Amino acid sequence: MADLILNRRRLIGLSAAGASSLLLAGCNQFDFLARRNDPVRDFLERANQLTYSAQRALVGDQVLAREFAESEIRQGQRPNGSTDPRQNVEEYRALVESGFAGYRLRVTGLVETEKSYTLAELMNMPSRSQITRHDCVEGWSCIARWTGVPLARLLDEAGVKPAAKFVVYHCYDRLGGGLSAPEAYYESSDLIDAFHPQTICAYGLNTGPLPVENGAPVRIRIERALGYKQPKYVHTIELVESFAQYGLGQGGYWEDHGYDWYGGI
Amino acid sequence: MTDQPIDAAAAAPPQQPKGPLIYRQSVFTRLTHWVWVLALFFLLLSGLQIWNAHPALYIGQQSGFEFDNAVLRIGAENTDAGPRGYTILFGQKFDTTGVLGMSGSAARPDYVGFPGWATIPSVRDLATGRVVHFFFGWILVGTLAVWLLASLVNGHLWRDIILKPRDLRDLPRDLWAHLRFRFRHGRSYTPLQKLAYFIVLVVLLPLVILTGLAMSPTMNAGWPWLIEVFGGRQTARTLHFVAMLGLVLFFVVHIAMVLLAGPFNELRSMLTGYYRASPGTEPDTPKGRSNG
Repeated sequence: MADLILNRRRLIGLSAAGASSLLLAGCNQFDFLARRNDPVRDFLERANQLTYSAQRALVGDQVLAREFAESEIRQGQRPNGSTDPRQNVEEYRALVESGFAGYRLRVTGLVETEKSYTLAELMNMPSRSQITRHDCVEGWSCIARWTGVPLARLLDEAGVKPAAKFVVYHCYDRLGGGLSAPEAYYESSDLIDAFHPQTICAYGLNTGPLPVENGAPVRIRIERALGYKQPKYVHTIELVESFAQYGLGQGGYWEDHGYDWYGGI
Repeated sequence: MTDQPIDAAAAAPPQQPKGPLIYRQSVFTRLTHWVWVLALFFLLLSGLQIWNAHPALYIGQQSGFEFDNAVLRIGAENTDAGPRGYTILFGQKFDTTGVLGMSGSAARPDYVGFPGWATIPSVRDLATGRVVHFFFGWILVGTLAVWLLASLVNGHLWRDIILKPRDLRDLPRDLWAHLRFRFRHGRSYTPLQKLAYFIVLVVLLPLVILTGLAMSPTMNAGWPWLIEVFGGRQTARTLHFVAMLGLVLFFVVHIAMVLLAGPFNELRSMLTGYYRASPGTEPDTPKGRSNG
């Protein structure tokens, strides 16, 4: 009994010490979690896979994101991330100067027939227009009208091969710098998001053409995901079995910098 | 002994008897409590990191950039006296240099919403903040589910958390006793304790989980009613923040009450389950768990 009480006292004392060190630890004791490939971080990141599976199970593949009334458009679409690739991408600057005359949106990879579309061809196809809320990973939201060709139509025209599991979206803009060379922006999605009825290759924003700061000439809208899953300045849509060979292999520019791949939360 | 009631002590002889050591906290109550300590610590600090990515709160569906629907905004600006940190709450501007908007040393100031000592990681790193936040978000949800199920089955929820008419009647008296730091240590909680735990377990934790879910674009598609209940995504984000403030307030009061009511006894009950009750409390029956 005496031992038991001693142990209890010890336990209580130890836990009090542990709790107070936890409270004092707020400064930088957990900065190691920022290191890529830290085993603890890898473990914590598994929760993202759980979120992806849970959300796919809870929300039907065809369920639409909410669309808003015209009156909800109260401001321009806030530009963020890359807003002017003309600054550092010569090829893109030439495209803008030619009014996107030389622009081609290519559909490649694991398809029956590779396809290539001019902007005019895209604009002549049946379009979809939707007023949706853009939710940035930073926390802000902005409502705007997006107009474009459903991606599913382009994928059907090319004919997706059964081996394809993901779609990689290659972009003109290059981000970063400093010690490392700028990296090309890219994104990827599963086929559920790619074939979702609201997933469009958008060339129109609100009442006009898509401006450079928002991703001209074509931006992919994946409406059930955060803003970084809406790649701008897209030139190639590639169907792949795995996205491991691109960038650092995490499925996107921001994913290579630590964001979760699914981006649904 | 810190857990002796003061009014009894005044009347009783000096060597007054100890109350019985009773089995008060079930293993589920104790386990979930400590998991929450851990999870809420990481959720708070990673949450402040995430919030720093856009240190403003709004009402409605979207964030006003060309109109004003902000209720809180933290930032830094250049003034005649050099850079200053500011906080705007409901249109009222406060200088919060040193804590909010601008912190760190004078030589190397950080222009962030919440200071580095309050965030995980301590430097700006939204990606890592999200990794930590969502991991412990799942832990919080799982633990609350376990607690709810166990507390429904073992009667903890009905016995100790749900306020009965009698508790409501006794609430003013209990409030007065707490204000005079006179604590009764019984088998169940006092009305004020029940109210506090009810607010945390039945109101704040579910609210913080649901407003968190309401910020998920996929969940907005799947459960459109959820975001409507909260009045839009940005309102949900604001409520998520308010729920956080409520939990932090609870934490401060909770720690103060543990210290005032006898930290050894309180900590023992949350670790071993056994609690030294006030004299006169019915001891455990031999059939039930007893202190032996």
